[in-house]
Amino acid sequence: MTGELLFASVGVILFALGVAGVLLIGHLLRRVLAFNVMGSGAFLVLVGLAQRNGIADPVPQAMVLTGIVVAVAATALALALVRRLYVLTGKLELSQDDDE
Amino acid sequence: MNFNELLPLAVLASSLLPGLLIFTLPESWVGLRTALNLFGALIKLALVLLLILGVQAGESYGVHFAVLPGLDLAFKADALGLLFITLSAVLWLFTTLYAIGYLEGAPRRSRFFGFFSLCVTATMGIAMAANLFTFFVFYELLTLATFPLVVHRGTEASMRGGTTYLVYTLIGGAVLLTGIIWLHHLLGHTDFAHAGIAVALGSAYDGQLQIIFLLLLIGLGVKAAIVPLHGWLPQAMVAPAPVSALLHAVAVVKAGAFGIVRIVYEVYGIEFAQALGLLLPLAIFAAVTIVWGSFRALFQDDLKKRLAFSTVSQVSYIVLGVALFGPIGTIGGLVHLVHQGIMKITLFFCAGNYAETLGIHKVSEMNGVGRRMPLTSIAFTIGALGMMGAPLTAGAVSKAWLIDGASAAGMDWAIWVLWTSSLLNAAYFLPILWRTWFKSVPKAWPGEHVAARGWRETAWLLLLPPMMTAAMTLLAGMYSSNQMSPLSWAKLIAEREYLHEMIIRAP
Amino acid sequence: MMVWLILLPLLWASFAFLLGPGRGVWLAMAGLLAQLWLAYALAEEIVASGVAEHAVGGWGAPLGIDLVADGLSAAMLLLTQCVALPLAVYASAYFKRDDPAATYFWPLVGFLLAGLNALFLSADLFNSYVTLELLGLAAVGLVAAGGGAQQIASALRYLFATLVGSGAYLLGVALIYGTYGTVSTVTLTPLIGAGAPDLVWIAGGLMVVGLMLKTALFPFHFWLPPAHGGAPAPVSALLSAVVVKASFYLILRLWIGPFSSLTVAANLVVWLPALLGMLAVFWGSYQAIRAERLKMLVAYSTVAQLGYLFLIFPLLVSAGALQAVIMQVFAHGLAKAAMFAAAGTLIKATGQDTVAGLAGVAERLPVTLFAFGLAGVTLMGLPPSSGFLAKWQLIELALSQQYWVIAFVVLVGGLLAAVYVFRVLRQAFLLAPAGSVVMPVPRTLEWTAFVLAAASVLLGLRGVELMQLVGIT
Repeated sequence: MTGELLFASVGVILFALGVAGVLLIGHLLRRVLAFNVMGSGAFLVLVGLAQRNGIADPVPQAMVLTGIVVAVAATALALALVRRLYVLTGKLELSQDDDE
Repeated sequence: MNFNELLPLAVLASSLLPGLLIFTLPESWVGLRTALNLFGALIKLALVLLLILGVQAGESYGVHFAVLPGLDLAFKADALGLLFITLSAVLWLFTTLYAIGYLEGAPRRSRFFGFFSLCVTATMGIAMAANLFTFFVFYELLTLATFPLVVHRGTEASMRGGTTYLVYTLIGGAVLLTGIIWLHHLLGHTDFAHAGIAVALGSAYDGQLQIIFLLLLIGLGVKAAIVPLHGWLPQAMVAPAPVSALLHAVAVVKAGAFGIVRIVYEVYGIEFAQALGLLLPLAIFAAVTIVWGSFRALFQDDLKKRLAFSTVSQVSYIVLGVALFGPIGTIGGLVHLVHQGIMKITLFFCAGNYAETLGIHKVSEMNGVGRRMPLTSIAFTIGALGMMGAPLTAGAVSKAWLIDGASAAGMDWAIWVLWTSSLLNAAYFLPILWRTWFKSVPKAWPGEHVAARGWRETAWLLLLPPMMTAAMTLLAGMYSSNQMSPLSWAKLIAEREYLHEMIIRAP
Repeated sequence: MMVWLILLPLLWASFAFLLGPGRGVWLAMAGLLAQLWLAYALAEEIVASGVAEHAVGGWGAPLGIDLVADGLSAAMLLLTQCVALPLAVYASAYFKRDDPAATYFWPLVGFLLAGLNALFLSADLFNSYVTLELLGLAAVGLVAAGGGAQQIASALRYLFATLVGSGAYLLGVALIYGTYGTVSTVTLTPLIGAGAPDLVWIAGGLMVVGLMLKTALFPFHFWLPPAHGGAPAPVSALLSAVVVKASFYLILRLWIGPFSSLTVAANLVVWLPALLGMLAVFWGSYQAIRAERLKMLVAYSTVAQLGYLFLIFPLLVSAGALQAVIMQVFAHGLAKAAMFAAAGTLIKATGQDTVAGLAGVAERLPVTLFAFGLAGVTLMGLPPSSGFLAKWQLIELALSQQYWVIAFVVLVGGLLAAVYVFRVLRQAFLLAPAGSVVMPVPRTLEWTAFVLAAASVLLGLRGVELMQLVGIT
């Protein structure tokens, strides 16, 4: 197994774990963490796959940097919302029946 | 844009603009609202007169705008359209007068007159549409603009009537749209033309064209109240009297009948429709409707419902006339489009007068009403006699031409249908007339609230319109050979549709 | 010109933020007016001289970022600004002074519009990702702006949905870059042939499914009704009218661009979105017919209307399909903005968010009800309206390929829409029950909704120019 494929496979696995976490975990803080795992997986695939003959391609690195900025912003927003929800309801979970 | 292009648009604008302005008026500005209404109606009449003179002189009026690439909003004012336009424009004026009297002091009048004007605009658009796309646009606009009028009273009963109306018309509209788009897909256009456009397709498409005809017929049959698609019409009688009078006796049902006329003559072409075997089923549907409508009318005690079933029956006279392959039947059908309109609107005006003045809604409450309201009752009698086809009325003219048309087409069974319907008409109108004139006056009317003042049995705005239309019923019957009579117009149209046949018939 | 479409909202949003909570209305108005003019000028330019391109900062692709505007982009930009300006006027009258929901309304709307405009001008897959995220975060912020527990919960649900969606999209982009070494759509289009490796199929699947999640296509629609139904009315209007269309626009771009040779090859791929679209039409309409709350009804109507957009995929091989779907996007965009705005006014006036509470509003708020009705006409696809033209085009395309099922769904969908629209109108036409109070509302609220609704109808009388614009590629 070549290095790039290894990176990519790990990335895909992380991504899948992250998605499962976002979908299945009830605890909101852990869901936010799961989202970060998911994002990291995608970044790893982006950087990992794009090596040409062992030389790193600079374009995806720039992309990942941008991606990290976006992910940080999203995490901050999510945390702010979770905190607000906790202040208002005292719960760290979304109840099932609050949408109707 | 030259004058001949502008004129059809002006006819539309003469009711659209006053309507839109009326929406914005505060409820209390009665004077300006009335002025706008009458101004629009009179301007429209003047414009229509210009059109009539022009078309008689051989001018052609038309205009079109591209809506999408290959899809035009197109208008034309031809002889056939003018028949419907003139009818609607004249009756709009009378109904406006009537409605002003009828709704005096009632709430929500700005809304009422606004939508009323929109309905008339839609009717004009239907009459002047030069292709099926334009026809459909205004056909659906008519549905939408009528709904607020049907539910105008805002009661649960009116909501039920309105809902039934929508269920029928919207589903009918969807079916009609399917047929129109299918035709547009096959032909690339849907322009109305003398002798039809569908014949250009060639015999490989006959099957598809038959299905399309059925779709179009169902869509139009809903508004024309052809059995079994007529269920909405009696339900829609919850509307105020002017709405029942103009829309449900004239504009809406005629829109359907007029559409069928356009489809048969100018989309399929009468000869091609005959060749495809479409006319006989159409005639059978019409015949069933004629008999069934009259039959159901027998059992209605509610006066407006009895009139509604009578409408169901009478509108199909037009369809039957179209389906009788031949110029004489065509003339009979077309002339009935006008005659039925003026007769039925008379009856609805009178029914409204009885209800408004004395609180009479049922046939069984009409004993002796002729002595209390003689003028209204005379108008009612003329309308009713016309419906039966009594001599000297407009109804006699239509029926004579229809019967001759049936025998010319070799469809003797249709003659029997017409006679049966006339008998049934007599059976449900004569008892009313008997009660009106020969029964004794009851001690108290169900809900009298306009005091008798001299010869004026009710408000003059309510009295004038039915008297005028009753007079027209007589005039159209007695002077049918006059150059400006509906019959002469119908002959003119039929001559243009059957170019190679001479129309010779002793009056 | 294109750069200013992105910079201008960023600028006024930043200034509005610096001015402090609830400020910056006039700045926003001026900016939006200028944006509308820019979008119009751009459309004119494209009609006159074809596709416009701009390399940001003089650095072209692959190192720099290219902005490209063809007819499709210009149409979307035009729709966005056309909807945003009246809604901004609406919002300025909707939020009371010191309303907590309005605290960060103007900055967030500015960022949202910057994200939207940038998305429509993006010419590469990664740039689209960034704009998609900017858009998503601003939208979540707007949904949460009400500040109640309900809104926060809806916002969180929306946030997770949108993040998973864009995550899947990003993974797809990563796989594409790994395979071809580029993310430029122009470069990719000839590279991806019918015999593309499985990895590209997976990438395409991830991207499209991620975007479907963000477009709230059935069965991914679960987040939309609470988010759109719970937000303040101007926010709901903006989200339903244009934000969900942004991710749809990206799907469409991918479909006719880089993935065009994949989608021609496979029947299943073409029919799967169409099938989901059909289910969306039925399910959304059914829920709208059942809804007790007015805004929920309107939100579920969005679920149904988005379904129509996906019916286009089997038809995209025909000429005119793109025009048909853009007509539907415009029809729904304008009409839904109007409908949410009208619903917001009705709720403000009656003080309750229920369909049953509407009895008598026809008399008290005729303009608003008229706006609701006109928007309803467009949604039902009745003439004369842009919705009718879209319906006409869709059905004719379906008939020309003999896909009867699509024509059938479009027709039945229109009738179902009539059921829920007339459910509201019927209630409104009832006489007001004794003792019911209708509070006065600002005229601005009534007339902005009316303007949007009238626009959705009037477009139905003149669609030629728009269709011509969309045809420029």
